[in-house]
Amino acid sequence: MSTLASVSGSRVVRRSPRAALWRRLRRNTLSLVALGVLLLLTAMAVLAPTLTPYDPDAPDAEHALQSPSLRHWLGTDIYGRDQLTRIVHASRIDLLVALGATAMALSTGVVLGAVAGYRGGWTDQLVMRAIDAVMAFPSFILAMGITAALGNNTLNVIAAIAITHVPIYARLIRGEMLRVREMEYAEAARTVGNRPRRIVFRHLLPNCVPPVIVQATLAMGFAVLTVAALSFIGLGIRPPMSEWGAMTAEGAGYIVSGEWWLFLFPGVAIMVTVLSFNLVGDTLRDLLDPRMRGL
Amino acid sequence: MLGWYFLKRVLLIVPTLFGVTVITFTLTYLLPGNPALVKAGPLATPEHIAEMERRMGLDRPVAVQYWRYLSGVLRGDLGESATTGRPVLQDLLQRVPATLELTLASLLVALGVGIPLGVLAAVRRDSWVDHVSRLLGVGGVAMPTFWTGLLVLYVFFYKLGLAPPPLGRLSAGASAPTAITGLYTVDALLTANWAALRSALAQLVLPALTLGFSVMAPLMRMVRATMLETLESDYIKAAWAAGLPRRTIVYGDALRNCLIPVITLIGVVFGFLMAGNVVVEIVFAWPGIGNYAVTSLMSKDSGPIQSFVLFVAVVYVVVNLAVDLAYGFVDPRIRLR
Amino acid sequence: MTPLLDLRDVTVHFDTDEGTVQAVDGASLLVGAGEIVGLVGESGSGKSVTALAILRLIRPPGRIVAGAIEFDGRDLLQASEDEMRRIRGSQISMVFQSPRTSLNPVIPVGRQIERLLRVHAGLDGGGARRRALAMLAEAGIAEPERRAAQYPHQLSGGMCQRVMIAMALAASPRLLIADEPTTGLDVSIAAQILDLLRDLGRRTGAAILLITHDLGVVAGICDRVAVMHAGQIVESAGVHRLFKQPAHPYTRGLLRSVPRLDRDFTMEPIAGAVPSLLDPPPGCRFAPRCALAMDACTACRPPIVAVAPGHSVACLAVEGARR
Repeated sequence: MSTLASVSGSRVVRRSPRAALWRRLRRNTLSLVALGVLLLLTAMAVLAPTLTPYDPDAPDAEHALQSPSLRHWLGTDIYGRDQLTRIVHASRIDLLVALGATAMALSTGVVLGAVAGYRGGWTDQLVMRAIDAVMAFPSFILAMGITAALGNNTLNVIAAIAITHVPIYARLIRGEMLRVREMEYAEAARTVGNRPRRIVFRHLLPNCVPPVIVQATLAMGFAVLTVAALSFIGLGIRPPMSEWGAMTAEGAGYIVSGEWWLFLFPGVAIMVTVLSFNLVGDTLRDLLDPRMRGL
Repeated sequence: MLGWYFLKRVLLIVPTLFGVTVITFTLTYLLPGNPALVKAGPLATPEHIAEMERRMGLDRPVAVQYWRYLSGVLRGDLGESATTGRPVLQDLLQRVPATLELTLASLLVALGVGIPLGVLAAVRRDSWVDHVSRLLGVGGVAMPTFWTGLLVLYVFFYKLGLAPPPLGRLSAGASAPTAITGLYTVDALLTANWAALRSALAQLVLPALTLGFSVMAPLMRMVRATMLETLESDYIKAAWAAGLPRRTIVYGDALRNCLIPVITLIGVVFGFLMAGNVVVEIVFAWPGIGNYAVTSLMSKDSGPIQSFVLFVAVVYVVVNLAVDLAYGFVDPRIRLR
Repeated sequence: MTPLLDLRDVTVHFDTDEGTVQAVDGASLLVGAGEIVGLVGESGSGKSVTALAILRLIRPPGRIVAGAIEFDGRDLLQASEDEMRRIRGSQISMVFQSPRTSLNPVIPVGRQIERLLRVHAGLDGGGARRRALAMLAEAGIAEPERRAAQYPHQLSGGMCQRVMIAMALAASPRLLIADEPTTGLDVSIAAQILDLLRDLGRRTGAAILLITHDLGVVAGICDRVAVMHAGQIVESAGVHRLFKQPAHPYTRGLLRSVPRLDRDFTMEPIAGAVPSLLDPPPGCRFAPRCALAMDACTACRPPIVAVAPGHSVACLAVEGARR
């Protein structure tokens, strides 16, 4: 009648904080690989001229339109330029644009959100209406409009992408700011005198850093996709600068004649880069705050 | 009260739409070149240009120009296209059916695959279905849509010869069915025009798959996350404790509750669709509004693009409104008080 | 007389990144037919986990590591999942905290009860509806027809809890587990809910396991009480005896920290903090906070000893004092 059920082994384990973190990281090995890829990409972009044996712009009519071989790992284009070299050099542009756009959007968005949240009233309303107006556009469409209006040089493309990303950060910071203000008012009710602005910010920053880091990482991926798509349709980076999207557009024309390496590899480069940013961003989100999964 | 919910939502889009026109006006105002110059023509004298400027109100203060712009937009005047010589609005409306057909077909693909896969991945966590869906989700989001299109074109058209060449909505030699809705596939079906149906469908497959897949990836991730969250709710736990069968709990209660917020996701998905539309139309030479805007710009005709941007934004706002209203109707927590 | 529910040495662990959380350690509990037994303890003491263990709803990363759970003579730990499903909701049901979120928000409440009846009592549409309405009325809901068609968000917290109770008792279970049923409710509503539970329990003959952190609730309606601390059940006795002659130092501490109207005294909080279940102290988990702790207390868990009929304590100091 009495059964002492030992349903499963009763091994009791206790892990140190370091071991616990290690366990958490091990579950996300793929993201660690992605992080490695990103570091590699950055190194590649920075060291591009020293890494590649060929000149990305120098034509070489003799070896035009060659499929991948030992000499040219990713083949050559119609002018005989080595594709691998061009892709490596193009990484500089794509990563630079992504970084520039993200940095610009982050700084602008954080300031806007902080001011709106702190001041409240009309300032807040104005900023929020502006943000709503920007968010009323699908971001790629707005970026198209901006580069079409301003003309497509690198700085304009960076600005266009940055503008479409500002709302994300502004809303995040504003939300935090409102929350902190609530808390501060409760405290201030008991103390005499005003709390200096500095203290409000000191409460604010630690809470904001994790979600901002997560968003920025993911935004880098989106920025790369945007600049590539803009360049693909001719609204982004223009030749002679090589950029992955533009290279794909060049390669598109050769699909019907079978030179597949021209469109394929730049696209792979985009995909690998964006994938890495996304994986790292997702893992950061899981590690820093599982509550943020709704974002 | 549901009435208030509806009214509030409808009224809220007015300031948003105003903001949208301010932005597109700024973009138009910033366009390089002098529109008066373009309109006056290459043989115009400086006096002609000045006269044209005065007539177009380009010498007036910004606020007045904005007012002219806004009243023009409300009248339906979105400028003229230098390449077609016709009003931009007319050009856009003519091409909307093509974009609509592509959008709807892609939406069907995205919803039809994305929702079941997302739900299944959440229900059978850590199974092979979950891993496949996570792979597709993470991979699909990282793939540039234009590249997916080219890849699909290369594999199915060039290599396998299964798909027709990317010549637009109909293959060479085929003629369009009688226009009822403007959607070739629907019209062909309605008029029993099987030849046109075959041709239109064949041309639609690759672009719809491309756009559908690129939109399915983020949708599936969001559906999976929503379903996982739903499965952790208190009422689901209570349902388990009440001994209800698994089928009822998971595919009845949890699914039903999960699909309600998924309605709002459709608004987000629509944004992705409209963005992806542009590049897909370029890759497959699909004669839609995105194609029109971009190719006009390439021919130095800068009128259409900003009007295209405005058009898309307005549609996006309206679609989001419709989604919000649908949500309010479906969720009893909003429908009843 | 065999007890309705017999828990013996039940131990539940949860596997987390930081290690194993030993949520419940050797809990033993008896519930007789028709009895109202209170399971009282601070939050995080493992009461809810014990309740879920009875219904075998402990899911990974949690697992029942040892012990026996017998209900009506059946070994619940050996039952198949299908058998458990049939027991849940019909022989043993559960009422949860936060009633509004425990009801499906998009299904009218009457339908939720009807569903249960169709599954467990095999009633058809009409029969299920009639019984559902009857249960709502029994649970003290005025205008049951109108309310049955409403959604949870249209009902007050108290009403939602009545609905939950109606649903839990609809299939005439022998045991009702109520996990903090009055937390979050207005004091007057809470009193009504407790009265309802007691009355319905008496009327249907169902036993009730009432889980709470509130000693006042326990004093109100329970026949017997078990006290839980950090995953260990330290004392169980009839309710009057427990309040009059608490034996375990923790129980005494609890009673001292609650204000009373019948005599003057000073409130004294219990020294120390609730121990971590990740790094639980060995042996008796109250030892670090106990004034009477001896070396033997940390060697192994004190065995449960009867200090009087129906009054058992897990404490070496008490056992020693008796000798």
